Amino acid sequence: MALFHDKNTPMIDRYHWWEVIAIYAGIFVFLFFLLAPFIEGFLVSLKPLAELFSTPYSFWPENGSFAAYSTMWERVPGFAWYVFNSFLISTAATVIVLLLVVPAAYAFARFDFRGMGLVLGGFLAVSMFSGAVLLIPLFRLMRSLGMLNTYWAMIVPGAAFLIPSAVWLLRTYMMRIPSELNEAAWTDGASQFYIFRRVVLPIASPGIVVVAMVTFIGAYSQQFIFALTFNSKTEYMPLPIGLYAFFGKQDVVWNELMAAAFVGIAPAMVIIFFLQRYLVGGLTAGAVK
Amino acid sequence: MLVIVAWPLVETFRLSFTDASLRKVTNYVGTANYEKIFNETFFGVIWRTFTWTFYSVALKMIIGTFGAVLLNAAVPGRYLFRILTMPPWIVPMAIGIFMWGWMYNGQFGMISGLLQRFGLTDGPVAFLAYGETAYWATIVTDVWIGVPMVTIYFLAAIQSIPKDLYEAAWADGASRWTRFRRITLPLMLPAMITMSMLSLIATFNSFDIIWILTQGGPSGSTTTMIIDTYHTAIGSKKYGEGAARAVVICIFLSLFCLAYFRVTRRLQTIGGKE
Repeated sequence: MALFHDKNTPMIDRYHWWEVIAIYAGIFVFLFFLLAPFIEGFLVSLKPLAELFSTPYSFWPENGSFAAYSTMWERVPGFAWYVFNSFLISTAATVIVLLLVVPAAYAFARFDFRGMGLVLGGFLAVSMFSGAVLLIPLFRLMRSLGMLNTYWAMIVPGAAFLIPSAVWLLRTYMMRIPSELNEAAWTDGASQFYIFRRVVLPIASPGIVVVAMVTFIGAYSQQFIFALTFNSKTEYMPLPIGLYAFFGKQDVVWNELMAAAFVGIAPAMVIIFFLQRYLVGGLTAGAVK
Repeated sequence: MLVIVAWPLVETFRLSFTDASLRKVTNYVGTANYEKIFNETFFGVIWRTFTWTFYSVALKMIIGTFGAVLLNAAVPGRYLFRILTMPPWIVPMAIGIFMWGWMYNGQFGMISGLLQRFGLTDGPVAFLAYGETAYWATIVTDVWIGVPMVTIYFLAAIQSIPKDLYEAAWADGASRWTRFRRITLPLMLPAMITMSMLSLIATFNSFDIIWILTQGGPSGSTTTMIIDTYHTAIGSKKYGEGAARAVVICIFLSLFCLAYFRVTRRLQTIGGKE
């Protein structure tokens, strides 16, 4: 039975009807696991507080409204600024990481030099100590560099901790580029830099997009602990700390917290949506052809 | 990067031999910090860290492979499904964890609520209040955060496998399962090893999830080494003792790395280039 298939679908991609059902069922289970907290979070943002704290549990809001989305701005007036800060910090960290990592990953993937295992192992080793353990020495370092209460205090450690995994991811990706391409360009008289820029970079671009996404998202996630420690000024606060403004002394304004979370992550979702199209396009076009 | 990460590492190592606290002037105390941590509870903490990490990484790899294969299937809507995979990963970690914290809530949370609605449990289940359930609840949240990245990375690995391999196998009459087992899995292996290594380190160091959900409790059932280190260093302000624990963590992770290099080297000699 030819479900969704037209004459252009290659034979190899044709599924039986039961295969299609199994695939959709699997995808549904998979996505439900990943999206359940957001579904719940969204429903919470629609419920009035009284309904949230009532038993028995009801899945759908009975008196649902978008009220929390407007009252949250009154409770935390600087909220938009937190979101902007988060973006600024993540973008800067990503740019720094890419500038350092793309040439480094290429060198690690293509050239075999003495002690490379040691350097790569070293990259992993330095990423081992999570920020939580290194906080006090880092704090002293930031203070002596005069970086406390600046954006740099969140950008620089953020970038440093993201470099190792970025190098590892991109190196694996670049190792799949056939070295014949390099050699062909080399015999045509192209310089090493020219080969890197004109041959390697375009082929590796889907991998670089993946690494850029990973880094941006990582920077977005880890801001929490660095910002908390190295920053005491409201004007530099990123989103995750800004959300703590919804934590009262006794109770948490859950519906507004969830509303704020959705407002805060919406711009990131939009960006990822566009990057994702580029990413998938780059991947399906076949990186190694 | 060396200054930002390596120097604090050295500093941590130095502090592990002192009685440093947040304010006090530091004195050299030799290996006293190390002697103090090798007691019964700490071995329990080490064992718990290993099992916790093992279950979490194993689940991430299995679910990630499952997801990547499904999202690679040529069915309508796959682009949308791929985008829908990403939210747990894009969202700042703390936000995702708060959402899970609410879901686990016994009185008002979704999981307990739905379990009761469908009559699967008699009363409310406060997942974070009991050792066993809290242990698994923190693992599930850790897996939830890790799966999207694993899935997308595996998907990229699957898609970089040359299509002619599949077509040749298909022409020879190989079933879908045979093609998966003989082509997809072996060619995904390098990606799997890289990913499981990165995931292992991230999971071993997993802090935010356990801290926000349980702070290591109830009664230590979710206290992993990193949580224990934080409790000692920041909570009790014994930075020297915390640093000694951090050094022990680093030794374990170094051993993982060594093992990893051994494995990749062997793979390269057996399988040629990847």
